[in-house]
Amino acid sequence: MLLDLLKERFGADLLETISAHGEDTVVVDRDRAIEILARLRDDPQFAFKLLLDVTAVDWIDRNPRFEVVYHLRSITLGLWMRLKIRVAEPNPWVHTAANLWNSADWLERECYDMFGIHFEGHPDLRRILMYDSFEGHPLRKDYPVGRRQPIVPETNPVLKPLRQSR
Amino acid sequence: MSLPARWATNPVATDAADEIMEIQMGPSHPATHGTIKFNLKLDGERIIDCDVEVGYLHRGFEKMCEQGTWTQCFPFTDRLNYASPSINNVGFALAVEKLLDIEAPERCQYGRVILSELHRIADHLTCLGAAGNELGAVSIMFFMMEAREFIYDIVEAVTGARLTVTWCRIGGLSRDLPVDLNDRVKAAFHHLDGILSDCDRLLSRNRVFIDRMADIGIMPADEAISFGLTGPLLRATGIPYDVRKASPYLVYDRFDFKVPTGTKGDNYDRFNVRFEEMYESKKIVEEALRTLPGGPVIVSDPRIALPPKERVYNSIEGLMNHFKLIMEGIKVPAGEAYHAVEGANGELGFYVVSDGSGRPYRVRVRPPCFLGMAAISGMLKNRMIADIIPTFGMINMIGGECDR
Repeated sequence: MLLDLLKERFGADLLETISAHGEDTVVVDRDRAIEILARLRDDPQFAFKLLLDVTAVDWIDRNPRFEVVYHLRSITLGLWMRLKIRVAEPNPWVHTAANLWNSADWLERECYDMFGIHFEGHPDLRRILMYDSFEGHPLRKDYPVGRRQPIVPETNPVLKPLRQSR
Repeated sequence: MSLPARWATNPVATDAADEIMEIQMGPSHPATHGTIKFNLKLDGERIIDCDVEVGYLHRGFEKMCEQGTWTQCFPFTDRLNYASPSINNVGFALAVEKLLDIEAPERCQYGRVILSELHRIADHLTCLGAAGNELGAVSIMFFMMEAREFIYDIVEAVTGARLTVTWCRIGGLSRDLPVDLNDRVKAAFHHLDGILSDCDRLLSRNRVFIDRMADIGIMPADEAISFGLTGPLLRATGIPYDVRKASPYLVYDRFDFKVPTGTKGDNYDRFNVRFEEMYESKKIVEEALRTLPGGPVIVSDPRIALPPKERVYNSIEGLMNHFKLIMEGIKVPAGEAYHAVEGANGELGFYVVSDGSGRPYRVRVRPPCFLGMAAISGMLKNRMIADIIPTFGMINMIGGECDR
């Protein structure tokens, strides 16, 4: 039902619509996304005032490689939906939603930190969970899980004790 | 870590009287339970700007989940919000069950509700006890920790562990509820009632406590929604949003409970909402125990549930079934699902993506206290430095969940 309403309202702007497991998903173009998100927030028929989550999925074998995923909830109408933007390498980027929701600020910082997706126009796009000198984006599928990047050089305390025992 | 760009533009004061002091509070500060750093800009004791650094407890939860089978994610979820691990277990299990299109047996659903609510009480006790402790009411901490022990004793009897329970499985539970659960809960709630009324009398009309809590850390409803706040933080502003009511999962729609709300959205409201919620959770547990149905606690589908040990040891089919499930994992059909549960701190959502193999392609947690920490600088602006402590306490950041 929500999907019908979305189709009626946004028509050709929706590149793809998916309905599975009782969840409605729309895929939109990067350049139209912010306008659609703003209308979803402000239109009283949707009233998606709560931006639950901004994250990404790395489909390393596909082109475009990344999906940026927004989860929205309307408290007053009891609706829930997912919006996706597909972005390709190199330099995957989308426009920021931080001007629409305050929660987008940190969620987008985390998405940038973990996936290296740039949020164009974000007021303060820094790493958030990792440290500044960290190289790469750990949740990308090509980031090796065993790679270590210690801030302080690692030593083996057995072979090289910090203090010699007396 | 670098500081926000907006800080670079602030002029440097030439006069000592209007000097802006930059101070770093944390990451290991005795008054903030949790490893977190506040980069503060202070005018005297007034906070001009507050930049919060999180991530000190980042262990790569989402990356770790991609390495094992679906079932192997459960121990990781325990370590998100370690004050209420079974709520995390339940959230993850429900998200995967949504992808599998299965529903756990009724007894399992009741069991999940009971443990979730017991853990909600434990989580609130931890939060409120620590908040009292930080404001000088050390006895509250001891009282509430004692009450939490009674809850933990039940948790131990049910799951075999006190903290990292790993109790849920996809499609059900790892073991049945103990036969004497009713008596245990009754005894624990008897103690809990006494302790809660003691704490209520000690705090609710306590001048020092109220002065430190009331009208501090105010965030109005529209701003709270914009910051993505949920749970007690949002309900304190007067919006009765609770996932258990808004989109009922498990068997929550069968129980009669209220959603306590506040009015102003200050720390005192947050305290009261949590306090009231403990009574509501108690009611749910009692009602669930009264109406607890019998039957199995896990689905019978051999592609999902492990066979009983007798079959594993005594038949080749059982052994193969066990081997396939352990080594290859449950084959979750390709797709994606999001399932939210009402965590102790707000909407705890699990977004799971499967590519059809036995391993998760992506597991994403929507951490409620991460967004709470994003909002704290708005709550603290132009307040005193001492207000950080009660506000931080009421956000109840759990490092394991915030930093993952």
